[in-house]
Amino acid sequence: MTATRDDHGRFPFETIIGLEVHVQLKTVSKLFCRCSTKFGAAPNTQICPVCLGLPGALPVINQQAIELSIRAGLALNCRIPEFTKWDRKQYFYPDLPKGYQISQYDLPICAEGYLDLPETDTGEAAKRIGLFRAHLEEDAGKSMHDETGGLTQSRIDLNRCGTPLLEIVTKPDLRSAEEARRFLLELKLLLTHLEISDCEMQEGSLRVDANVNLHISAGNQKVVTPIVEIKNMNSFRAVERAIGFESLRQYDEWEETGATIQTVSKRTFGWNDVREQTFVQREKEESADYRYFPDPDLIPVALPAERVDAIRAALGELPSQTRTRFETQYQLKPYDADVIVNQGPTLVRYFEAVAKVAGDAKRTSAWIQQDVMRTLKEQQCELNDFPIAAPTLGQLLRKVTEGSLDNARARDVFQYLLRHGGTLDEATKALGIEAVDQSELDLLCDRLLAENAKVIDDVRGGKQQALGALIGQAKRINPNVNPGQLRQRLLEKINAV
Amino acid sequence: MAFSEQEIRQLARLARLELTAEEVRMVGPQLERILEFVQQLAELNTDQVEPMTTALDIQNCWAADQVADGLQRSAALANAPQADGEHFLVPPVLPGGNG
Repeated sequence: MTATRDDHGRFPFETIIGLEVHVQLKTVSKLFCRCSTKFGAAPNTQICPVCLGLPGALPVINQQAIELSIRAGLALNCRIPEFTKWDRKQYFYPDLPKGYQISQYDLPICAEGYLDLPETDTGEAAKRIGLFRAHLEEDAGKSMHDETGGLTQSRIDLNRCGTPLLEIVTKPDLRSAEEARRFLLELKLLLTHLEISDCEMQEGSLRVDANVNLHISAGNQKVVTPIVEIKNMNSFRAVERAIGFESLRQYDEWEETGATIQTVSKRTFGWNDVREQTFVQREKEESADYRYFPDPDLIPVALPAERVDAIRAALGELPSQTRTRFETQYQLKPYDADVIVNQGPTLVRYFEAVAKVAGDAKRTSAWIQQDVMRTLKEQQCELNDFPIAAPTLGQLLRKVTEGSLDNARARDVFQYLLRHGGTLDEATKALGIEAVDQSELDLLCDRLLAENAKVIDDVRGGKQQALGALIGQAKRINPNVNPGQLRQRLLEKINAV
Repeated sequence: MAFSEQEIRQLARLARLELTAEEVRMVGPQLERILEFVQQLAELNTDQVEPMTTALDIQNCWAADQVADGLQRSAALANAPQADGEHFLVPPVLPGGNG
């Protein structure tokens, strides 16, 4: 088959993407010393002889970092080998005082695994993304260079040096910038759910490098473009845009220069967020020069199956399992289950607590998505600070389901609770909401029908919409009246005459 | 085994060593002698032996995840060739870095 050019003059091509994701583990102390990992401390106040690489200092592994790595590996369907060790990766850079990084080379803590992406509401199918491995390593420090200030030196802050990172390496299974973003969102959801990492790109607790190239079908020929690794992306949005830009840049480069994977070796590009462009950082990869060897200062780790099994047993329900359960247990649509689960474990717990009291999961889902989530967004507050407790919202929604409160009145109550907090009883009392009993409803109907003889004729003549005017009047007389109940009672009375 | 001059220069570059032409000629034979010495180990048949990763007969030494005091900043910066009271100062580096 001969591939021909499209409307833009391009041959068909596929973008091949693999990601390397570094996540900072949520330990309070560093990977090989007991310095604090707290973000935002004054420069060089969380350092010691071990992370400074002073002579004679010896590293000791942080047990919690091992625990969190295994937890991540199990959640990512990785095999956890019984034996793992530490290797030195040699390179010189001012933010790495030892002259080598302690990492893992041939025996990583997590072996091959995968992450399943759920289908999306825009119709993208579910997809399994393979993982080569995930290994533990220490972070480097931070170097700062103020180019505008005309400084002739760079400043080095080593607080971050030695912080535990888990590097998760995907197979080249991703096929679009959007798919890369979906992968990152699902990964973040999983790792934050399991309290393995905060995954905040802005704070650097999640960092992404993307390896990108193209498979072009040019006429009868299959062309593979040179691999480019993109660095310096500081948000999920930036990752998506950088990959999108890079794939078109590679296509144009191939058209202009004919560069292929055979003629040009792997290069490193940066991402300029302001200009929305990728740019060359390093022409040639020198991965063979890291000269890995086992770190003689550290002792290997043996992980008995019982220990791994215990961590597996404590994992609890993962987000993908929660989605499936919401669909079966509560009959939520996949889209609705997805929206709630994607907000994280706090909202999942809130939803379940509200739904239990309300006895109506679909109504709960609708209110949480529309009213609760919108309020959280508008007020930029966390669910933990949300003024309406789950049982209170549950009681409110139960009243709506039972018909003793209509949606509009329920929203008034919701707004009152937002501003004042308190119980449902206090809110309804303050708003003057009382249940309208049957005799009150009858009296009201009789009065309305007596005053509006024409409406009775209209309804009998088949114009049921004429009732709308009566409902409006009724609301003015008694705001507590439930429009649905009123309408039903009016019809009964008109038809009974 | 013999080293080419280019290989010696590459090794020196990786170790950030500046060697004169004289030193390159001198270091080559020295490295060869060291490797020849270690090469004696190759006489042994290790086909059935699992590679060893440590000389110590212990495993699983770790510490609990608890913060302990490190160095005072002034002490940490005391021996730096250059510092500004808060940071180590080094010749300018490009943003981004390695690793």
